[in-house]
Amino acid sequence: MPIDAPGAGAPSETLLRVSNLKKHFPIRGGLFGQPAVAVKAIDDISFDIGRGEVVGLVGESGSGKTTVGRTILRLTEPTSGQILFDGQDIAALTPQQMRAQRKRMQIVFQDPDASLNPRETIRQAIGRALRLHNIGTRGEREGRIVDLLEQVGLSGDYIDRYPHEFSGGQRQRIGIARALAVEPEFIVADEPVSALDVSVQAQVINLMEDLTQRLNLTMLFIAHDLAVVEHISNRVIVMYLGKIMEIAPSSTLYAAPRHPYTRALMSAVPRPDPTFKRQRVLLQGDIPSPINPPSGCVFRSRCPVAGPECAGNVPALEQIGEGHFSACIKNHEFA
Amino acid sequence: MIDPNTDSQPAPTMQDTALLEVRGLTTCFKTGFDGREINAVEDVSFSVAPGETLAIVGESGSGKSVTSLSVMGLLPPQTGRIASGSIKFRGRELTTLNNVAMRSLRGNAMSMIFQEPMTSFNPVYTIGHQIAEVIVLHQKLGYRAALSKAVDMLELVGIPEPQRRIDNFPHQMSGGMRQRAMIAMALSCEPDLLIADEPTTALDVTIQAQVLELLKDLQARMGMAMIFITHDLGVVAEVADRVCVMYAGQIVETAPVRDIFAAPRMPYTAALLGSMPRLGAGRDRLVPIPGHVPPLSRLPKGCRFQGRCGFAQPSCAAGEPRLEPIAEDHQVRCFRAGEPDLIERSLS
Repeated sequence: MPIDAPGAGAPSETLLRVSNLKKHFPIRGGLFGQPAVAVKAIDDISFDIGRGEVVGLVGESGSGKTTVGRTILRLTEPTSGQILFDGQDIAALTPQQMRAQRKRMQIVFQDPDASLNPRETIRQAIGRALRLHNIGTRGEREGRIVDLLEQVGLSGDYIDRYPHEFSGGQRQRIGIARALAVEPEFIVADEPVSALDVSVQAQVINLMEDLTQRLNLTMLFIAHDLAVVEHISNRVIVMYLGKIMEIAPSSTLYAAPRHPYTRALMSAVPRPDPTFKRQRVLLQGDIPSPINPPSGCVFRSRCPVAGPECAGNVPALEQIGEGHFSACIKNHEFA
Repeated sequence: MIDPNTDSQPAPTMQDTALLEVRGLTTCFKTGFDGREINAVEDVSFSVAPGETLAIVGESGSGKSVTSLSVMGLLPPQTGRIASGSIKFRGRELTTLNNVAMRSLRGNAMSMIFQEPMTSFNPVYTIGHQIAEVIVLHQKLGYRAALSKAVDMLELVGIPEPQRRIDNFPHQMSGGMRQRAMIAMALSCEPDLLIADEPTTALDVTIQAQVLELLKDLQARMGMAMIFITHDLGVVAEVADRVCVMYAGQIVETAPVRDIFAAPRMPYTAALLGSMPRLGAGRDRLVPIPGHVPPLSRLPKGCRFQGRCGFAQPSCAAGEPRLEPIAEDHQVRCFRAGEPDLIERSLS
């Protein structure tokens, strides 16, 4: 597969280029505990993200989307492959070199309760991020934290409060403020709104949209909710069982999904309209085990249009339109 | 599910045909160190006709789950109690029923499924054993006969190789499969009423679609009524005949599903619909509801939604609005419910 292919259609300069990335988690078994088999959480994926772009990453549980986010930031060590961030291979950096890069790339987690220490005030939590990266003097830091709180729509007066004094939505705002504290260029947002109620979710989505524009942030937005991803992303990557099934600009993907998996996924989303007549592609069965994925196309065991030919080769991600790639040997039968 | 022809039939009047009739239900919980009681659910009234699906929709803390636990008699005995109101199932009052009578009703005439099937299965017994146990208890069948019925039930819910699967322990099944097994267990005694509390929330969308199809299909075949509790308006549109919208412990609007989506009259319902991102809507800006749900211990005086409502006026803080009919089978809890085009005007 041409390494640069999936990046076509990305605007301007490439900030992140992921090439042939693999992450296999060995499962120890047998008498002497040798790694017998491995979970192929990410199996040879490549994509680019342009500076200032928001790329959505969707997939069901077990698709490997969270592992992609963590591996890009080297919170999980890749098994093989290249992660070029602004031209530098992240995967090859020493821990010291990596620490300097961390300032440029941050993560927002799904569960703000689990990522904020309940015994720390906001001043301590955000202040530590600033201190570790040697940003500002002690006096300057206070002003910076107040600024950050106000940027995410909270009052600066809250600086000495503890996480439990906030609602879920407010805690997620604090998680975002902490990620922004070191002025990163790139943010991985891993299901940042899934734990929030609908009415509050919209507040946080709007906030993230405003911030990415105002601060010219680049973001990988990981989520299982297709409507949320459509809303926030310029481009979308669809993953299934460790592999990329389809990549396309948001507008193209949602108007004309090509890969059978993307189509099935979209048709499964319940619409808030009781008069909506759906044409549902009901997938049978569950996502297979990533320890022993189907040969050839990993989706073929659930694919409504799979034939015997799908078991042979792993379909490559093939360009089928402007910035639009799909990994299916029947790409041209379902245009 | 939503058959256009049903509109022409007269809506059943609730009093004489209801399977379940809840009137003025108030359920309170002890909180904190001082043991002070707060009302998790206040003055909730609704009814469910045989074969009907009622969706109860609301955000966290709205009281939707407490409502269902009250109906099932499953409130935590140390902390929760029904303070007032009546719950009638086929005309029989449940709030005064003793534990033995309630237990024989549960699992038999009415049954419940939960969000996380792991919590309703015992991890150390096989799936088959646990389903058979329910059948033996309620249907006076021998264990062997019950086990063979358990196989039938697993087959009914679409579990492949049910004969082999009855020997599985819960952890040996996938999330979607366990949810099916729980549905099999809940339906094994052919209940008249199934309460489904966020049954698809923990599932992936493709599995959710399977489970929703299954529930609708089984409901049609067995003719049971269903109370479907969810926070997801998309799921509501898909399964419900009628909808109760709850907010901060109260029902704020109740109407047939089409009216809820086409002509919501409580500002909260309209705002909730407006705040959800919709598939195919592109990148239009979302309209969030400002603020957050007030904690039950610190409710505002008057209407509970006033602090977040775009239509609030000073009088909203004066008294508590009541749930009042604005049309046949459509009730709204809002002082401004008498202004029919209030919400429409704001959208145009």
